Amino acid sequence: MRFLARNYFFLLFLVLETISLTLVIRYNNYQNVRFFNSSTKVVARIYELFNSASSYFRLYQINSELAAENARLKNKLQQIIAPEETPPMNFLASPGNINDSVSVDTPAANGPLPADTLLRREHTASRTPANPLMIDSINVRYRFIPAEVINNSINRQNNFITLNKGKKDGIRPEMGIVGPTGIVGIITHVSGHYSSGATVLNRRWRVSAKLKNSNYFGSLVWDGLSYQTAQLNEIPFHVELAAGDTIVTSGYSTVFPEGIMIGQIKKVDIGSGDNFYAIDVSLSTNFMTLTYVEVVEDKDTDEIKNLIKNHLDD
Amino acid sequence: MINNLVKYSLMWIVLILLQIMLFNHIQFSGLVNPYLYILFILLLPFDTPKYLLLILGFLLGLNVDIFCNTPGIHASATTVMAFARPAVINLISSRDTLDSNALPRMKQMGSAWFIRYTILLVLLHHLFLFYVEVFTLKGFIFTLFRSLLSALFTIVLIVLSQFLIYKE
Repeated sequence: MRFLARNYFFLLFLVLETISLTLVIRYNNYQNVRFFNSSTKVVARIYELFNSASSYFRLYQINSELAAENARLKNKLQQIIAPEETPPMNFLASPGNINDSVSVDTPAANGPLPADTLLRREHTASRTPANPLMIDSINVRYRFIPAEVINNSINRQNNFITLNKGKKDGIRPEMGIVGPTGIVGIITHVSGHYSSGATVLNRRWRVSAKLKNSNYFGSLVWDGLSYQTAQLNEIPFHVELAAGDTIVTSGYSTVFPEGIMIGQIKKVDIGSGDNFYAIDVSLSTNFMTLTYVEVVEDKDTDEIKNLIKNHLDD
Repeated sequence: MINNLVKYSLMWIVLILLQIMLFNHIQFSGLVNPYLYILFILLLPFDTPKYLLLILGFLLGLNVDIFCNTPGIHASATTVMAFARPAVINLISSRDTLDSNALPRMKQMGSAWFIRYTILLVLLHHLFLFYVEVFTLKGFIFTLFRSLLSALFTIVLIVLSQFLIYKE
């Protein structure tokens, strides 16, 4: 007892330090954090309050980013609609249109299309009742849930993001987060109205990524140095690549669809003694100014997980 | 007593808010992050009971941890800092400079004393914090560089805060 009384200061220090370090070690497995995260209601409310004030100062940039994304999506939409005008697809959609499309719009008949023809094509497509249905039924696997970033860090070794949407909006852990210019991160915690997750700038998380032109895949990790650069590993020496090549998500998980932009190769080095390149990728997402993101819901998640589980059980 | 309770509670809230809303967003290519909130531990009165010092240090770190998604990292660093504070004060003060009514402020203790006090404790806190954060000795020099750079910013901010708040 006397020993306790005399050394209580040191003993109390040991107790508190043990508690802290236990938390740190448990957190090293980042899925295990239960109580301390920024999706907690009070914490998220405070962040939201301050964010609503500070985001006014970034409106110009937010608007131009959203406008750029809009333009890109319109282009994509046009690419989706245009091929449907060709006979086989159209036959499936609505047999009544075959003759029109073949005689007016097929590239084979007209050669390279001038811009206004493309435009007309879009109009035809939107007037045809069967086409919108067709588009709806193509992309049912993924649903995108828009959310606003209310807190985001870039200057730690394990960076986190907090969003203003949660369980009530259909967000669940392990869903992917994408921004207007590319991949952002993964949801790890969800509360009623908020969620938080790890970003690419988190050393405990890696993303399956591939080279867009050759389809070789590796894993993207972050070395903790710069918020603009991540590293692509596991690409073997025989793959041909160069600075400027595009890196996208591989789609080999249920977190991201295939082909979401990650960034471009910045620098290629021969790795130290391994059989793999050391590749620096400049990230397409600007984590410094990130404001609006979308959370990706993969409707096939449960089915795929069950399949893998059953396979492992056998 | 009540007066002190209100004063230090307010200081706690203001420092935490400044930390998460302002200083966590200061970044020079992601390298520097000043941690001004530890000023709270520096400014506690000399006659704070030792157990209270430790518990407050621990809770302060835990509070920052909750906002930063870093369970235990800040708490472990502030606990070490609170543990070292009495020893550091003994180390840098002679018997007669320690007046029991005095507070650890620059105005009362002199700038030389206060700067030495700040440098020792901030360095200890930042070194501990940054090494626990990376949780590896890989990249030892880089982590050292990051912690020293951030410590420099924190020390400058703490000294500046003394001029801002306690000028007559």
